[in-house]
Amino acid sequence: MDKFPLNDLTRKDFESSQDVRWCPGCGDYSVLKQIQLVLPKLGIPRENFAFISGIGCSSRLPYYMETYGMHSIHGRAPAIATGLKLSRPELSVWVITGDGDALAIGGNHFIHTMRRNIDINILLLNNRIYGLTKGQLSPTTQLGRMTKTSPVGSVDRPVEPIALALSMGVTFAARVVDTDQQNLRDILERAAHHKGTSLVEIYQNCHIFNDGTFEAVSDKKQRDDNRVMLEHGKPLIFGKERDKGIRLNGLEPEVVSLGDGKYTEADLLVHDEKSDQTVLAYFLSRMHNPDFPVPMGVFRAVQESCYGESVRSAEAIVHGKRGPGDWDKLIRGADSWVVE
Amino acid sequence: MVEKITAGEKGDTGSPAGSALERSHKVEALESVVIRFAGDSGDGIQLTGTEFSKSIAKGGYEIVTHPDYPAEIRAPLGTLYGVSAYQVKYSNNPVFTSGEALDALVVMNPAALKMNVDDLKHGGTLVANTAAFTPANLEKAKYETNPLEDGSLAIYRLIPIDISGQNATALKDSGLSRKDIGRCKNYYALGFILYLHNRPLNQEIEKIRTRFAAKPEIAEANVTALLSGFAYGEVCEVFDTRYTVSDAVNLSPGTYNSVTGNRAVAMAMVTAARQTGLKVFLGSYPITPATDILHNVVKLPNFNITAFQAEDEIAGVCSALGAAFGGSLAVTTTSGPGMALKTEAIGLAAMTELPLVVINVQRGGPSTGLPTKTEQSDLLQAVYGRNGECPVAVIAARSPIDCFHTTLEAFRIATRYMTPVIVLSDGGIANATEVGIIPRLDKLPPFEVNFRTDADGYRIYERDENLARAWVRPGTAGMEHVIGGLEKDSLSGDVSVDGSNHDEMVRTRAAKIAGISKDFPPLIIEGSDEAKLLVIGWGGTYGSIAEAVRQSIANGHAVAHVHLRHLNPLPDDLGEIIDRFEKILVPEINLGQLSVLLRNRYLREITGFNRVEGKPLRVSALRKTIEEMTRHG
Repeated sequence: MDKFPLNDLTRKDFESSQDVRWCPGCGDYSVLKQIQLVLPKLGIPRENFAFISGIGCSSRLPYYMETYGMHSIHGRAPAIATGLKLSRPELSVWVITGDGDALAIGGNHFIHTMRRNIDINILLLNNRIYGLTKGQLSPTTQLGRMTKTSPVGSVDRPVEPIALALSMGVTFAARVVDTDQQNLRDILERAAHHKGTSLVEIYQNCHIFNDGTFEAVSDKKQRDDNRVMLEHGKPLIFGKERDKGIRLNGLEPEVVSLGDGKYTEADLLVHDEKSDQTVLAYFLSRMHNPDFPVPMGVFRAVQESCYGESVRSAEAIVHGKRGPGDWDKLIRGADSWVVE
Repeated sequence: MVEKITAGEKGDTGSPAGSALERSHKVEALESVVIRFAGDSGDGIQLTGTEFSKSIAKGGYEIVTHPDYPAEIRAPLGTLYGVSAYQVKYSNNPVFTSGEALDALVVMNPAALKMNVDDLKHGGTLVANTAAFTPANLEKAKYETNPLEDGSLAIYRLIPIDISGQNATALKDSGLSRKDIGRCKNYYALGFILYLHNRPLNQEIEKIRTRFAAKPEIAEANVTALLSGFAYGEVCEVFDTRYTVSDAVNLSPGTYNSVTGNRAVAMAMVTAARQTGLKVFLGSYPITPATDILHNVVKLPNFNITAFQAEDEIAGVCSALGAAFGGSLAVTTTSGPGMALKTEAIGLAAMTELPLVVINVQRGGPSTGLPTKTEQSDLLQAVYGRNGECPVAVIAARSPIDCFHTTLEAFRIATRYMTPVIVLSDGGIANATEVGIIPRLDKLPPFEVNFRTDADGYRIYERDENLARAWVRPGTAGMEHVIGGLEKDSLSGDVSVDGSNHDEMVRTRAAKIAGISKDFPPLIIEGSDEAKLLVIGWGGTYGSIAEAVRQSIANGHAVAHVHLRHLNPLPDDLGEIIDRFEKILVPEINLGQLSVLLRNRYLREITGFNRVEGKPLRVSALRKTIEEMTRHG
């Protein structure tokens, strides 16, 4: 039996024997690699990881992990993961999903998982397109984008996954670009350590059907002007020259210049990922190019009670009051009588 | 036979009002009694009926009940569509159904009278709550004149009682609000009916005090109402006879339970957890008429059961499947529309070969159909209703107590064969009460589950003698593996699109399910040995069919009856049994779904007896068909 001492686990130990079959150059490769780099650092035995996915390109990921896993049905991975985590709280349960899987067919499970704050990690690989069915619009496809099912441009208003999650009270939400390796690793590690539902939205480029959709925030030449890196307790400053910032004007965020002397850092919005309220994070989640930089990093990270723990403590209270259930007493309870 | 009951004899009521007040009502001894309670859905009719049934059952009689309630929770008062009813038959002989023609009917308002009086026998006892026969209520029930006064009920033994008024008088010093006093009127009615049926009160009084332990003033008011109703019976002059069923059945010794099918399912879950030592995980979503299973289970968290109320039917089954992957005994409960939604996940369970019990408490369909009425129309859905070649085990319960055994067997099949098992119950047996024995743990078949922990040479789809793959819990080192909905290599479990491998896997999955029948006990043929007609039934129609067959035999007709629990696969000996009979009759509450399966499998001509009326098959009509078929034999 190949049992690994915890501190000896390496990336290799998490690579399965299966050939990885994504299109060469797909952003999914990077995500897979960073996951395999992060897991050995978590201090969790390999056999205690479970990766549950739905349907779509990203949902093939569990096959490439040398962990327990299930490649399930479209949209349902959060529900399967919920049952697994509720019944096996000691496992580290990860959901691998995509924009169609999580937000279209699986939207209901997605929101209720956040609402319950069950302790699982959801990696949403958002490429704004249906890749596996070859290029139809998805719930995150931008307005006007031409796809196989929107030949004159999409008229279907897109959903903002982090805004949706925040409205459900998600306790950990972050966004990162697939090729941004260091940040991806850091965020995955934080998500893994977070108690409660962690949502990591990963901007993932599908270079076959939606190439360049995230270029503004992934391309090294222009990304600093188009994104703002969220850091807890720090003002929202961005730009190649770090000369721009975000301030709140009443209830409206606005971009201001730090160069012309009108505003200073003190005027800027300071990021607070630990705010009890989701309001600030919600403002951020609605900021898009070209009017605003796209926020990257951790939007929210708060500790709240998790569903599974609440269920178990309620069970423990009943246990404490009544003791372990007495089968005989239950079956031969109030509605039984003995015939001699 | 008419006899006067004297104190100390069997059936002594322990008269609370004192024998000095007691009128000497005659007692009429009957072989069986069928009584129905009917009123507004908010009247507490189901409670009154249940309490009456339990009291009767504890007297040692056999009972079968049939609750019949509207889909509306609190339909507008006094309306025809808001009528809720509860029927019970009890007897000193075996009882198979809740009966047809009523010996007694208790109506709380005109609408209840209108909807039910046609089922009352000529000469039957009709107890009517006169207080509710107001002009407004009469109009809602579409009566032009008051039937209690216009002579139209002359063919019945009418007992008009001002239940509301008498109850209010009895409780005027209770200190309760008028509303709370009104709520006690069920117990007033129950007290009266218990007098009429010669039943003691002490157990009922105890139960009221337990039920309302948190509110002693309500408990005492209900006890007062009960005693007052009973006392009214003793002094009442408007009737002269009360019933007794002469002798209780000679029940074999044991501990008897009076349970509904839904409660029996919950008890089976507890039992499975207890026998295996594994956690039971119930993922469920509320749906009539299955919800009571969830209600029962959530009260039992200290029995190693986790109940999860999911966001929808799909999450119900998927969470259960996740728990099955984790090594729990997984179950989901639902009814027809929910089954439709769970279909894809059941396919995933079949493909991943994980044990999963799916309980479908069938109701009238299609679509939303008749939510509170019974039907057997999900059989073909259970057997065939998935994409791909996707056989699963399908079994059905025949009665409320049988729901216990069937559910327990479902867990055994699921874990032994690593497969989804669909249990078909129905709205009839789910809510009906049956009296019977739930065996002691040591009398149940042993139930052990083993996980594979030996990593040496482990292959995901390596199979045992039952063609089942091994169950491996996540957390077992060195056996990490991924399963899923894609077709897999027949041994390694790697994704495979190879045609011949797929053909092999399709056939293997089919052979695995087909092989389950080797575990079935021989079928039991009830009825006459010389019969040429065989009646084959399944599921909740057992009572109606058994009763119709019994009556036909008593009428001199030779007929036999086989009742199936196992519907997929069918029992191995069924073909040989069918061959021994000239005619096959299959009664079902659908348009002939078992008939389709049997014709297909045995290439035999099948006569169907099909009624889809939302209620149990009528014994009289079925008996007529049986007798016609034997006559022309």
